[in-house]
This record gives sequence, C-alpha cells and structure tokens, in this order.
Amino acid sequence: MGNVLTIIAQRLMLGLLTLLIVSVVIFAAVNALPGDFAQTVLGQGATPEAVAAIRQDLGLDRSPIQRYFDWLGDALRGDLGTSFAQANFASYTGTNSGATTVAAQIGPRFANTMFLAMVTATIAVPVSIILGVLAALYRNTVFDRAANIFTLSSISSPEFFLAYILILLLAVLNPLLPPLSNIYDGMAFSERLEKSLLPALTLTLVVTAHMMRMTRAAIINLLASPYIEMARLKGLSPARVIVKHALPNALAPIINVVALNLAYLITGVVVVEVVFVYPGIGQLFVDSVKIRDIPVVQACCLIFATAYILLNLTADIMSILSNPRLRHPK
Amino acid sequence: MTKTSNEPLVKIRGLKLEGRSDEVWNPIINGVDLNLMPGEVLGLIGESGAGKSTLGLAAMGFTRDGVRISEGSVEFDGIDLLTASAAVKRGLLGKRIAYVAQSAAASFNPAHRLMDQHVEGPVQHDVMGTAESTEDGIELYRKLRLPNPDEIGFRYPHQVSGGQLQRAMTAMAMSCRPDLIIFDEPTTALDVTTQIEVLASIRDIVEQFNTAAIYITHDLAVVAQMADRIKVLLKGDEVETADTRTMLTAPTQDYTKSLWAVRSFERPQKPAIASGSVPVVSVQNVDAAYGTVPVLHDVSFDMHKGRTVAVVGESGSGKSTTARCITGLLPPASGQIMLDGVALPADYRKRSKDQLQQVQMIYQMADTALNPRMCVGDIIARPVQFYGGLRGADKRKRVDELLEQIELDPAEYYGRLPSELSGGQKQRIGIARALAAEPKFIICDEVTSALDQLVAEGILRLLARLQDELSLTYMFITHDLATVKAIADEVVVMKDGRVVEQGLKNDMFQPPHHPYTDLLLSSVPEMDPDWLTNLLAERGVDNIGDAAVGKMA
Repeated sequence: MGNVLTIIAQRLMLGLLTLLIVSVVIFAAVNALPGDFAQTVLGQGATPEAVAAIRQDLGLDRSPIQRYFDWLGDALRGDLGTSFAQANFASYTGTNSGATTVAAQIGPRFANTMFLAMVTATIAVPVSIILGVLAALYRNTVFDRAANIFTLSSISSPEFFLAYILILLLAVLNPLLPPLSNIYDGMAFSERLEKSLLPALTLTLVVTAHMMRMTRAAIINLLASPYIEMARLKGLSPARVIVKHALPNALAPIINVVALNLAYLITGVVVVEVVFVYPGIGQLFVDSVKIRDIPVVQACCLIFATAYILLNLTADIMSILSNPRLRHPK
Repeated sequence: MTKTSNEPLVKIRGLKLEGRSDEVWNPIINGVDLNLMPGEVLGLIGESGAGKSTLGLAAMGFTRDGVRISEGSVEFDGIDLLTASAAVKRGLLGKRIAYVAQSAAASFNPAHRLMDQHVEGPVQHDVMGTAESTEDGIELYRKLRLPNPDEIGFRYPHQVSGGQLQRAMTAMAMSCRPDLIIFDEPTTALDVTTQIEVLASIRDIVEQFNTAAIYITHDLAVVAQMADRIKVLLKGDEVETADTRTMLTAPTQDYTKSLWAVRSFERPQKPAIASGSVPVVSVQNVDAAYGTVPVLHDVSFDMHKGRTVAVVGESGSGKSTTARCITGLLPPASGQIMLDGVALPADYRKRSKDQLQQVQMIYQMADTALNPRMCVGDIIARPVQFYGGLRGADKRKRVDELLEQIELDPAEYYGRLPSELSGGQKQRIGIARALAAEPKFIICDEVTSALDQLVAEGILRLLARLQDELSLTYMFITHDLATVKAIADEVVVMKDGRVVEQGLKNDMFQPPHHPYTDLLLSSVPEMDPDWLTNLLAERGVDNIGDAAVGKMA
C-alpha cells in the first residue's frame, strides 16, 4: 500500500501545481477582457476623472502583477475579495448588509449547483453504466442500436431544446413536475428535489451518451482477451462474463469519463440554469462577466478549475485502486 | 454416469472450419475425423497455422470470433455440440469439458484471486459449494505440487510465477472433475526446468482421475511423453494418426518423417582455438544492473573468429542483458568489453562508426524488429548506405547481393512489405540487415524460438553457411538445447546473472558437468516416450525442474 500512497501524494502535489498555473491563466485572461468595471458602471457619460476615481477606489490602478499576488494571497486565506457590483450598490444605499463579499455571493449559488450536480449524477451514472453493460452484452442487436441512437441524438441536440421538450412532455402535457426550478434557502429537501428534477433529467440526457458509450467500448475491447475466452469456456452465462470478468478490468477508462462528465455538471450548465431559472453558479458567472465584476469572475473560474482538478484527481486515484497489481504488490 | 468403454467420448466427423479475413472465408480445417475414448490422451501436433487450436476449440463446440464451422459434426458423449442450444453447451463447458490455455498469465483474470476463479466453475454449475470447492482446490494444488498449497490460491495472478499459474490453471480445469480436458500448448511459454514439472504434474493428475485429454503442441518430444495416440495436422488436413510408439518409430508419411528429422541437424564442432589468438569479442568481469537491481555478476567469456558461442540459461538468467552490455545499450557497472583486443567504450553513443559496424544484432521477434512501413529493399539499404556509404545503383546492387545471400530472389522480394512475408522470411531479412553492415560479430538473440521447427532449421543452416563463407563470429542466445547441439562450438551456461559453466560443446554434452548444466540438459524432453517416466523413476519428483533448482540455490 505504501506504493499507492506515494502515487497519491504525487498526484496531489501535481494537482496543487496545476491549480497554481491555472490561477495565473485565469487572472491573465480575466484582465485581458476588454473594458473594465468602472467604464461599464458609468456607461456613456463617463468622464475620465470619474473612471480614474473608481479605478483607484477598487485598486485597479496598481500593476497587474501586484494585483495577482494580492488576490492569490487573499484567496489562500479564504478571502475571495469583495464583489465590485455589491460594494457599489452598498455605497449607493449607504447600508452594508454583509453580503458584499464574493464568498457570500457565491456560497449559496455554489451549494445549489452542487445539489443539482449530485441529483443528476445519482441518476445518470448508474443509468449509463447499466445501459453500457447491457449494450455490450447485447451488442449489435436492436437494443444496442436503439440505446446508441437515443443517447447520441440527445447529446447532439442543443441543451435548451432538450429542456423545452422535457418541459413540454413532463410539465405541460402531463403536469408531473414543475417547469420552474426557483429554489430558495430553507426549502424542504423533498420540495427542492422535486423542483430540481426536470433540470436534472435534462442534464442526464446530456451526459449519458459519453459514459454509456465508454462503458460499452471498454468492455467490448476486453472481449477478445484470453481470460474472457477462458470465462466463456468455463460455461459461465454471458451476463456473468461481462459483469464479473470484463467490467472490473474496464473500470479505469469508465471512471475517467464519469469524472469528466461530473466536472461538466458543475461548470457547464449555464444554459439549463437559464431555461429553468435555477439559481446556480453558472448564471452568476455569466452575469458577472457582463458587468466586469472581476472578483466574482475570478472566484468562479477558480472554483471551476478546482472542481475539474479534484474530480480528475479522484478519477486518477480510483483508476489506480482498480488495478490489483497496485493494490497487491508482489 | 455410465459409459460403455467402446463408445468414443468425442466423435468428430468430416469437420470443416473457415476463418474470415479480408471479407472472404478461407478454409482452416478441411474435413477432419477424430475419435477420443474415455480416459485416452490424444496428441495433436503440427506447425503454427495447421489449425490445431481451432480444432481443439471446435471439439468443445466453441469457435473464436471470425471462425465458423461450415460442415461436419462434433459429438460429445452422444450430444451433438453443433446443434445443441447455448444453454446446453454452457452446462457442459467447465463442468464436463474443460480447457487449459497456452498462456496462463493471460488467461487468468487479473482482477480476481486464483481461488475465486477456481471455485467459480463448481459453484456456477452446482457441483460443489464455495467452501467445499475451496478445500478441493487446495487439495488439487497439493496434488499438482504447487508450493504453499494452503495459501497460494488466495493470491492474485500477477503474484504467482508462470509455471505455477499453468498448474493452477490445470487445477481449475479439474475443479469439476471433467471427462475431457483440452490442453492448448500448456508448456510452450515455460523454461525447460519449469516445463518438466508442469508436464509431470499434468500427466499425473490426468491419470489419477482417468480424464480424457486432447493435448495440442508443436513440440514432438513433449507430445511423446503425454499422449497415447498422436494425430499430425498440416495446413488443416490430417496427415496421419497412430499410437505414440508406432508414430515415433515408423511414421508412414513424408511430412511426419521430415518433422522427425529436424532434430537430426548437427554441425560438427570446430577444432580447438589456437592458444594465444586474440578473441573477436571478449567479455571481461562484467557487472551490470537495471537501476539498483543487480543483474550480472562478474561475467567473463571469449568469442573467437569464425566460431559460435551459445549462451544458454532460463529466462531471467542474464543472457540478453549480457548482449545489451556488449552492444553498449546498457553500460556495465564495472568490467569491460574488448573488440579485437581493444576496449570498447561502455556506452554505444561513445563508440566510433567503425566499432558500431562490427557488432550487429538479430532479434527474436522478426515481426516487431522490422519497420512495417518500409519495404524489404529499404530496410536492408539503410545500413548499406549508413555504414558502406553506397548510393544509387551501387546500393541497389549490394542489396540484391544480400538478398541472394539469404536465398530470397531480389526481383521478387525487393519491393515487399514485412507483412507480405512469412515468419521465416522475416527472420531472413533480419539476417540480411545485420550482414549489410559487414560486421565481424553478430548477436543472435533467440532467433529461432518464435519459428516452427522446419523453418528454424532452415535459418540455422543459413547462419551456418554464412559463417563459413564470411568467417563470422556468433553469440547465440537461446534456451533451447537442441539448437545449441545443432550450431554451437562453445557453450556458456548462465544462471542468476553468473556464468556457471563454459567449455566446448562436445565436453558440455558429456558428463561430468556442473549440476545446473546437468539439470538443464536432463530437462530437455527427448523423443523416447518413456523418457519422463524413466527420469521420474530415476530422480523422484522433487529432484526435477524448479524444485531441484531451488535446492541448488
């Protein structure tokens, strides 16, 4: 096991290094956006003096390198900064509700996004793996083709289109589920779940194809190997051959694709959030880009990057653990 | 289960099989009949491509993907396997018909422990419960003389050696006490000392349980020990069938006779070396390591002009590592390599072009040693141009000469790709590529072990002729002592990275010698069907094979 722990420690260090590099890229990219917050807020009538005043107020007049290290240092301490827009709003009204920090803005949104991602994953991962196993078992039959065509068409359709079709089918024609997912704090879990179900189903349709096809391909890839032939020659049923003998050896690629899709669920669901008016982090992100609220944009990017890196790291570690050679060294 | 003894257990009639390649069905087996009585062991021999494995699997009613049975019938104990439903066949497979594959390492599922795979058959077929079958497995491991029978089953396949896996697989085949076992080249991938133990234990257990078996191999001496009756196949046709002793002493067909004759090729040993002559290559006190793992310990031997030095030993004994030291691919930790009395730089990157030119290599797997995208002419032309500096028409002329030397017609073969050649032809191209540099010294690394015996003999004869014509020096790495007998002048025996014995071939094949050499020599199966029985009687099961090696260490 010492061997495996070393590998995991190495991967963790690599993950941290990647995150550091990503933070540079995020900072550079966000600062390369045309225009800035001062100009956007003041609009057409901006005088150079007013712009300069706001810029100085927000610290935008300092050198980018200095700003990067300040931001990084604060972020390491858990302080993601103050939202330009909220600070601006607070200074107009003269009140300080305490909701001006980026963390306070992002926190509940991020929790909502995670909730939706988890509901989706709970449905999508088992469904796609079972579908993949069945497709491998009944490969080249009508079932296999139907499953492939269905998942491929759903991944090829635009997300909003899928969303509207589901709304039409499940909310309008058969009013089973609410078409809007306006969830708020303090909602009961069951109600929250019910409201999130339609977006979760839409996202399930979007992510199933990858996972299902990878499961199918990884299993079929192994079917020519001698130990599968051996299992067949032992007179085992086809289902047992696939589930017991092929699947455990096909896990590594499947885990990786699952991780990629989970990362997508956290970072890439803006369109679905908009359609269902779901208060997730994606919408906040797009709004912040529009008004050049740089601290929020940077924080969102950093969260997205962390999610990707963490999920890939988990996938790496799980792939390693799925290999008996590493779990049980000679 | 009562069976009358005169009813065959397996009855195959007019069986034809076809394989699909390039959208066409080509015949693999063209109408074979086969009878196997209960408790009988039938040997199935032939070259690669003869259809042995395909026929063996068809006897189980099984075909691989891309293979189909086009005609004929296969009956097992009165059940027609070709028309039986998948469920009926599944009920027989594993339970009454079992299979032992060529590579146990690839045929055990890497994700499960040996014992879990062992008990799977009995449990799924409702023959025994898990606990009972586990106990039975341990008992079978003990019968097959596996070390630590109580514990070995709870390991994963990668934690167990190849020879042990092969026995564990035989135990797994036995788990439901089948009536028939198909052995598909079960010892081909093993060293001689390991092979002999596996052979002894397979034969023992098949006799104990009176199991019928089809034993597939290309090694005649092995089949002579195992089979009651032998069937010879050639390109999908049966050549002849007879009981083992008749087949060995009086084969009727020319093809069978030619198979038997392969082992008769033997070059006379060259006279002793004149004292004081400088060896072409001299390995002096070489130690080498992969990373921190030491592999070679104080290896020294000389190779003289125009002679063949065979380096023999089991896998892992350091034969190929010594070759890597000589070529400079692995710089030795200490010691040196001398070429014509001059020390060579340890690293090939520091050697001059002339020094590089003198040492060439021919590889075991001609398949992977030739660039699949280059035609034969270009493969040979590269060293001609690089070392000889020839271009244009001169280069072409030299390549044609080389192709003639290896007995391939230049007009026909110059433009071919490696994929359009047979295994033996590919190895000839490998030889031509080595010759193209006009070296003094060639390392032949297991050059014949991937080839069928007839083809291998052709390669050996070619190498012998070239040596006489060009006064080449060969270092011949092999684990096959028959090859050593055929071609070597001197022999170096290696074990665990040390030279345990060296000397002239004739001395080497005559006692007294080092006990390890003795063990290696006595482990090579002979064509005499009583050889294994006699050896076991003489030495006892604990003094053959790996068990004996273990005692020596």
